[in-house]
Amino acid sequence: MAKPKVAFYWCASCGGCEETVVDLNEDLLKVADAVDIVLWPVALDFKRKDIESLSDGEIAVSFINGSVRLEEQEEMVKLLRQKSGLVVAFGACAHLGGIPGLGNFWTKDTIFQRVYKEVPTVENPEGITPQEKTVFNFGEITLPEFYDTVKTLNQTIPVDYYLPGCPPPPDLIMNAVNAILKGELPEKGAVLAPEKSLCDTCPRKEGKPDKISIAEIKRPWEIKMDPEKCFLELGIICLGPVTRSGCGETCIKANQPCRGCFGPVDGVVDQGAKGLSAIASILGIEEEKISDEEVKKLFDGLVDPAGTFYRFSLPSSLLRRRRME
Amino acid sequence: MRKITIDPITRLEGHGKIEIFLNDDGDVDKAYLQIPELRGFEKFAEGRPAEEMPRITTMICGVCPTAHHMASAKTLDDLWKVEPTSAAKKIRELMYCAFQAEDHILHFFFLGGPDFVVGPQAPAGERNVLGVIAKAGMEAGGKVIEVRKRLRGVLRIIGGKPVMPTCALPGGVSKAISEEERTEIIDTGEYAVEFCKFALALFDDVVLKNKDYVDLVAGDIYKHRTYYMGLVDENNKVNFYDGMLRVVDPNGKEFAKFKAQEYLDHIREHVEPWSYVKFCYLKNVGWKGFVDGEDSGVFRVAPLARLNVSDGMATPLAQEAYERMYEVLGGKPVHNTLAFHWARLVEALYASERVLELARDPEITSSDIVNLPTETPKEGIGVVEAPRGTLLHHYQTDDRGILTKVNLIVATQNNAAPIFMSIEKAAKSLIHKGEVPDGILNMIEMAFRAYDPCHACATHSLPGRMPLEIYVYDSKGDLVQKLRRGE
Repeated sequence: MAKPKVAFYWCASCGGCEETVVDLNEDLLKVADAVDIVLWPVALDFKRKDIESLSDGEIAVSFINGSVRLEEQEEMVKLLRQKSGLVVAFGACAHLGGIPGLGNFWTKDTIFQRVYKEVPTVENPEGITPQEKTVFNFGEITLPEFYDTVKTLNQTIPVDYYLPGCPPPPDLIMNAVNAILKGELPEKGAVLAPEKSLCDTCPRKEGKPDKISIAEIKRPWEIKMDPEKCFLELGIICLGPVTRSGCGETCIKANQPCRGCFGPVDGVVDQGAKGLSAIASILGIEEEKISDEEVKKLFDGLVDPAGTFYRFSLPSSLLRRRRME
Repeated sequence: MRKITIDPITRLEGHGKIEIFLNDDGDVDKAYLQIPELRGFEKFAEGRPAEEMPRITTMICGVCPTAHHMASAKTLDDLWKVEPTSAAKKIRELMYCAFQAEDHILHFFFLGGPDFVVGPQAPAGERNVLGVIAKAGMEAGGKVIEVRKRLRGVLRIIGGKPVMPTCALPGGVSKAISEEERTEIIDTGEYAVEFCKFALALFDDVVLKNKDYVDLVAGDIYKHRTYYMGLVDENNKVNFYDGMLRVVDPNGKEFAKFKAQEYLDHIREHVEPWSYVKFCYLKNVGWKGFVDGEDSGVFRVAPLARLNVSDGMATPLAQEAYERMYEVLGGKPVHNTLAFHWARLVEALYASERVLELARDPEITSSDIVNLPTETPKEGIGVVEAPRGTLLHHYQTDDRGILTKVNLIVATQNNAAPIFMSIEKAAKSLIHKGEVPDGILNMIEMAFRAYDPCHACATHSLPGRMPLEIYVYDSKGDLVQKLRRGE
């Protein structure tokens, strides 16, 4: 029997999703043995026409990482969708928009203004910015268009499954590959990670009080963080209550709070809104009568709600982006 | 008039393209490298709490997240004017050296080394990490996988995740190292030192004993007389984590020595309309275009630059390797771009020895790992040496530590102009009278691979497999010639 064909592609991403695949170590060789990799730009020769020449649906599964910000990325993922039985959004950027999705707070013009004109190291008296086409006396050269808005993969093509995380951990990748090889997949649209929230699997769960109340929000540098205690109990914002588990609690084990890269648990559309409401519900609840001034002071401790609760998920959220002027 | 486009359509689709213009005689008029890549981290960091930057800027690059993590940590120290505890500095440097060793080894065996170990003229299909293993032996292949796995284990112990570490705080780190973990790190350090000795011996055997390779390393195609920049410690030895930035001129004479906080007095960026990447140059020499020499502000960074600006290595075995390199290549500074590969191995050995030194330091398991900031934040600047060169972060905040302005000088940006020049020089030496020889693919790749450029990790493709294509157009724009690797 022919081995199933697999493609692995990257859009606007940082290469971390490729590193995590290499972190499969010996398992990578097992995967390479069980499937026929038809596309993996980091490691294999890639000819677009080879993909074009495949019949529709011939690739068993395409793993696609990175958000979509350039026209050519959009074309490539549409081609892969057409040729693939399954498409898996791989990693936080394809799944939710990821950190580059914070760019949706701005526009191309404001980004260009800062990067090419304003920063103190730039010497640019003529106010030059990159152009899609530059004409010289001997010819012209071009740059692809930089879009205003960062999009998730499922805002560009239909997606069958999601592998969450920044980056997805090797064990979840192996589980997904094995499930695909054995044909033991959950319902379409599923996130291939546990359904529980991070709080449910947190190593600090045992010592956590039944009811948490935050009297004052603390930032991670303001206190010496007790490596045993629940971050929320310490007053430090942690997205554990509204974030899917499966990451191996790596950040918690390094004594840092969760920032939500695994996205929301099942049934939650907007991780940021859910996070904000979860935190709001435990702010100062011990105080029966709390003055408006005290409420304001408490909420002032939340210094960057948008960038905190939507750290990884702005493009996939109901907000999606800042309104264009 | 003809135009040649080398369009590496992998990651480099949208991340790197070379355009070569020929004049009427069929010789190279101009060559352009374009990195169509911009994400705007400088802008969208505005409004974020500064302490989150070590966990945001890591996503600039998933191959070198630890470099951004550490540059950001040091910028936070400066922002809050808080000195990390002695143990915290050691933990940070230990993590950082483990990362440097791992990254350098990855580059040598997977990316750059195959050109030498397997050979620049070897069939493309063999010029990759598997070819290296075939030549060096299966046992060596196992060692490459093992050393990478173990060094990444150190990153996991200290930083949580090897891809996207999370442990940095202003004034220190969030997690201490246990005795048990220390034992594992010492084992890894010992293994890594032995591995690097093996790698240098392999370089000796395969490259230095072969006259063709030595000629290639010492030859003119890949040579540029430029300024160099890198961090040095108080004895002018190479340091990745801390110290002063030192610049030497093309004759190797000290041109400047300054603190990160003074970078605006020394570094400027030039903007071109055809590139998303900006080009760094020395302010006090000035931008004279894409040219080398004393009068051009173009400078180089990364392994060879660091060795050129320093007086040696701070560990004994690496010092021996350093002396040998300059002895063979005829003294300092070395201007041959391909010597970056050799310098990278010398640095990997230093990084491994330093991991071991720090892991054996009794203070490394101290629980005194953070000093809490007490000052009001305003402005901070921090620097580290990333594997690919000097990396600077510069933050301005309001008095709550919320970012108002951010500037980032990323390692490969410092090398952007030299990479461009190296490609043009290689193209000019190889293309004559409209003849585009087959070998140009790899010879041009070698010009930029030596820098290990990290244009969003653009060239982190396995050599020999990187699907370069060259299109040759006539003056009407019709395709007259098409070359593809391996065909």
